Amino acid sequence: MTYSAKVIDHYENPRNVGSFDKNDAEVGTGLVGAPACGDVMKLQIRVSAEGVIEDAKFKTFGCGSAIASSSLITEWVKGKSLDEAMQIKNTEIAQHLSLPPVKIHCSVLAEDAIKAAITDYKAKHTVEAA
Amino acid sequence: MSTQHNNIKLPVYLDNQATTPLDPRVLEAMLPYFTEKFGNPHSRSHAYGWEAEEAVELARSQVADVIAASEKEIIFTSGATESNNLAVKGVAHFYKEKRNHIVTVVTEHKCVLDACRHLEQEGFRITYLPVQENGLLDLKSLEEVMTEQTVLVSVMAVNNEIGVIQPLKEIGEIAHKYGAFFHTDAAQAFGKIPLDVNAMNIDLMSISAHKIYGPKGMGALYVRRRPRIRIEPLINGGGQERGMRSGTLPTPLVVGFGEAARLAKIDMASDEARIRRLSTKFYDAIVKEIPDVFLNGDKTQRIAGNLNLSFAYIEGESMLMAIKDLAVSSGSACTSASLEPSYVLRALGVEEELAHTSIRFGIGRFTTDEEIDFAIDVVQKNIKKLRDMSPLWEMVQDGVDLKSIVWAGH
Repeated sequence: MTYSAKVIDHYENPRNVGSFDKNDAEVGTGLVGAPACGDVMKLQIRVSAEGVIEDAKFKTFGCGSAIASSSLITEWVKGKSLDEAMQIKNTEIAQHLSLPPVKIHCSVLAEDAIKAAITDYKAKHTVEAA
Repeated sequence: MSTQHNNIKLPVYLDNQATTPLDPRVLEAMLPYFTEKFGNPHSRSHAYGWEAEEAVELARSQVADVIAASEKEIIFTSGATESNNLAVKGVAHFYKEKRNHIVTVVTEHKCVLDACRHLEQEGFRITYLPVQENGLLDLKSLEEVMTEQTVLVSVMAVNNEIGVIQPLKEIGEIAHKYGAFFHTDAAQAFGKIPLDVNAMNIDLMSISAHKIYGPKGMGALYVRRRPRIRIEPLINGGGQERGMRSGTLPTPLVVGFGEAARLAKIDMASDEARIRRLSTKFYDAIVKEIPDVFLNGDKTQRIAGNLNLSFAYIEGESMLMAIKDLAVSSGSACTSASLEPSYVLRALGVEEELAHTSIRFGIGRFTTDEEIDFAIDVVQKNIKKLRDMSPLWEMVQDGVDLKSIVWAGH
């Protein structure tokens, strides 16, 4: 499999690898994929009181493009509002990384992961508000 | 593509089940037959032909010698794929009026399985036996499916992916008890472990030259003469190779095959000892430093040069990218764009997650201590890096049972 220079860069120097405490009220966690399918992505965001994503971290079990897609999206979401982050499309990730067609699902997974993290964060705060 | 690293050529070649480098001694034996000794070994009317024929017949006896066969029982082919096709289809077609059932195993090489599928379409009945968790055939399950209609039992000697050695002698015994022939694909076994066609009840054996430091495009099929086994040829023509495989023999390749076989026999014990020492060194160093590494296939009934390891909680393709300085093969076919894990590992009951993360390390005659040390270092470092990045590893460290999670498949 020949990857683009960008995928290889993110794979060899992944940005924002790590974890936040998933019980922290400021943290939203998204866990998507399945081990049997060959990729699992955990994406976490730390959100300010103003609703801005201040920090993001990921851990990914998957191929090079799954790792690159999750690394890239953690860079992209920082500084964005939750609504802005919700708008990120997998096609933008795929295009930026020049993913080959068989690896498009990796970018879909990254989009699913950020959406799941935002949903998790919002769910926590809906419960608190109620 | 290769670079130098502390006198080691990168990537380090650890894929000796896929193919082996040509031994320089083999090349030397071959060279004259490309140039001045170019005769057609089937030319009977002049010295060029006689010279080539003599070389071909010497090679035939050198190959036969490794398996305690007679040189008259060796049919040269283009490789193990052709030999397997010739054995399976050749026997099936010749005896089809009398018997129409073939028994094989799900972990066989694709060429045996594919040949069987073709026969199935022609109306033959094929039984694909499962293997046990250790990759070995359960002899009882073989006995249960044998009938008076069974013409052939085809079971490989050494598995190409996981390196396990099947109980050949016992399988041959069972086949013979029911009047069936026993064929074994010995591409990974020939020249690596002692083989004796008589002691092991083998009637047909497929052999490959390029797995034993010989040339590619060359192989053989052993066909027993007493009692005589008949096969219908795949290739018709001038009746060479006792009518079983027509076509002019490629003298240089045949000579190289013979020399490689001769060397394999002479060096078998010393090669085995060296390779075993290196593979033990590699395996011990890996499992000592890294938890949750699993050796696929039986722990003792295996050849020394094959270590198929599953690294839990790491995905296979990212692992291959991480160890790009090692030329290895992934047990999963992830790299070929399909996300199917290896059918061999699945047949062993290896969980899909682990089957995705298995790597075959193949050590050979020319692997050095320095290369093994380098490989150990690369694997240890990168497993740690990828585990630190793996959400599954993190969950397991936190005491989460991964099976308790309902994963959203995609």
